[in-house]
Amino acid sequence: MPTIPEELSYTASHEWVLNEDGVYTIGLTDFAQDALGDLVFVNLPEEGDEVVAGEAFADVESVKAVSDVFSPVTGVVAEINEELLDAPESINEDPYDAWFVRVNEVTEVGDLLDAEAYAALCEQEA
Amino acid sequence: MERKTPLYDVHVEEGGKIVPFAGYLLPVQYATGIIAEHEAVRTKVGLFDVSHMGEVLFTGPGALATINHLFTNDYTDMPIGRVRYGVMCNERGGCIDDLIVYKFGEEEYFVVVNASNREKDVAHMEANLLPDTTFEDLSDGIAELALQGPRSKEVLAKLCATEQLPQRYYTAVRHVDIAGIDCMVSRTGYTGEFGYELYCTPAEAPALWHALREAGEEFGLIPCGLGARDTLRLEASMPLYGHEMDEDTTPLEAGLQLGVRMGKDEFIGRDAILAAGEPARVRVGLKAKGRGILREHMDVYAGEKLVGQTTSGTFAPHLKCAIAMARIDVAQAEVGTELEVEVRGRRVAATVVPMPFYKHA
Repeated sequence: MPTIPEELSYTASHEWVLNEDGVYTIGLTDFAQDALGDLVFVNLPEEGDEVVAGEAFADVESVKAVSDVFSPVTGVVAEINEELLDAPESINEDPYDAWFVRVNEVTEVGDLLDAEAYAALCEQEA
Repeated sequence: MERKTPLYDVHVEEGGKIVPFAGYLLPVQYATGIIAEHEAVRTKVGLFDVSHMGEVLFTGPGALATINHLFTNDYTDMPIGRVRYGVMCNERGGCIDDLIVYKFGEEEYFVVVNASNREKDVAHMEANLLPDTTFEDLSDGIAELALQGPRSKEVLAKLCATEQLPQRYYTAVRHVDIAGIDCMVSRTGYTGEFGYELYCTPAEAPALWHALREAGEEFGLIPCGLGARDTLRLEASMPLYGHEMDEDTTPLEAGLQLGVRMGKDEFIGRDAILAAGEPARVRVGLKAKGRGILREHMDVYAGEKLVGQTTSGTFAPHLKCAIAMARIDVAQAEVGTELEVEVRGRRVAATVVPMPFYKHA
């Protein structure tokens, strides 16, 4: 069973979201990293870039394939996790510590799931 | 509907992530993941199910003439027990498949072909047999395991008398008793590492798998899937059908000169290859300098000029960098040439490097 922390929110496309006073931290879930396999490359947006709910803002590459990472919110990238660029394997090792971006000036939040609903989704897709 | 190899249930038990490949359901990786599987083969030992591969047999007084007619390499004067690479071309000089030929006897040649090409290969072979040749497709009656890695011999030493094993690269021994199972064993593989390939009956394949797993445990043996098979062969610059070669590419354009004997009197495709002359593009190795993973079918530029395309690419787990093979204009193919690869809308700097990218000690 994948790890699904209670305090986070989730998207159906397997990103996790933490809202702290309007700053949204976004990453990939444990279920996602397991499905993708060993990650070897991460492409992140730049600070100041606009992201749009439901649209790709980053991509990750495993040994075998490229996958988009979708933004759960519309807003502006306030901070990126530069450590990921040199250590994409940290997403496999600790997906909830390996955040991708922090977004503020959020004008729209897409459909989010709580931990229980997300666990049910993972079970369906497993 | 995909077929299952005789080891399908074993893969499921082992936690394999099963995907359809070449008409078969096979594990792309196990729980350890592609990178760990790749490293096991480079530093210890890995075990692969390659039972999907096709096997055919040519026998009779015309067998040698037939394979020399069908394949680009020269099999005349090949000693019994030797294995030799080759390509099968169409009349246009394009590659129908690449393969390896085992010489079992003066009138007996066993040929291993790619699973995805088996049906068209068999049709082409049957249509082009020379007189006094008997041809059989044995694929459904043969299972194949690949035991690859520097510690492979130590694993087999626990299960058989090692003096029975083939001693030299690209040689084979037709009958070796391994854990009580009659196996044909060759010093071959698709990883660029020391290793063996073992052929047995489908019924005995699970017992052979389990015997190797158990014997290999102390040497760090883990099962490896298709994902590691691909990264290992790419790191070793070994060509893969459908990537480095296809029916519209001659073996010379694919960089397979070593498997082509133009000096032979004839083989199917020879005239077309001769008429085409020196290829305008050749196969090269690329190593990314910039950030990004090179994949297949990416355009390669010298400045603004399109000079070729990648045929395979990946992150090389042992070398820890992005590598690719590409077909490039001859003028840009020299080692050290600085090029750029278009990676999903972005140019990534890459250098032409010598192949193989990786060579075992």
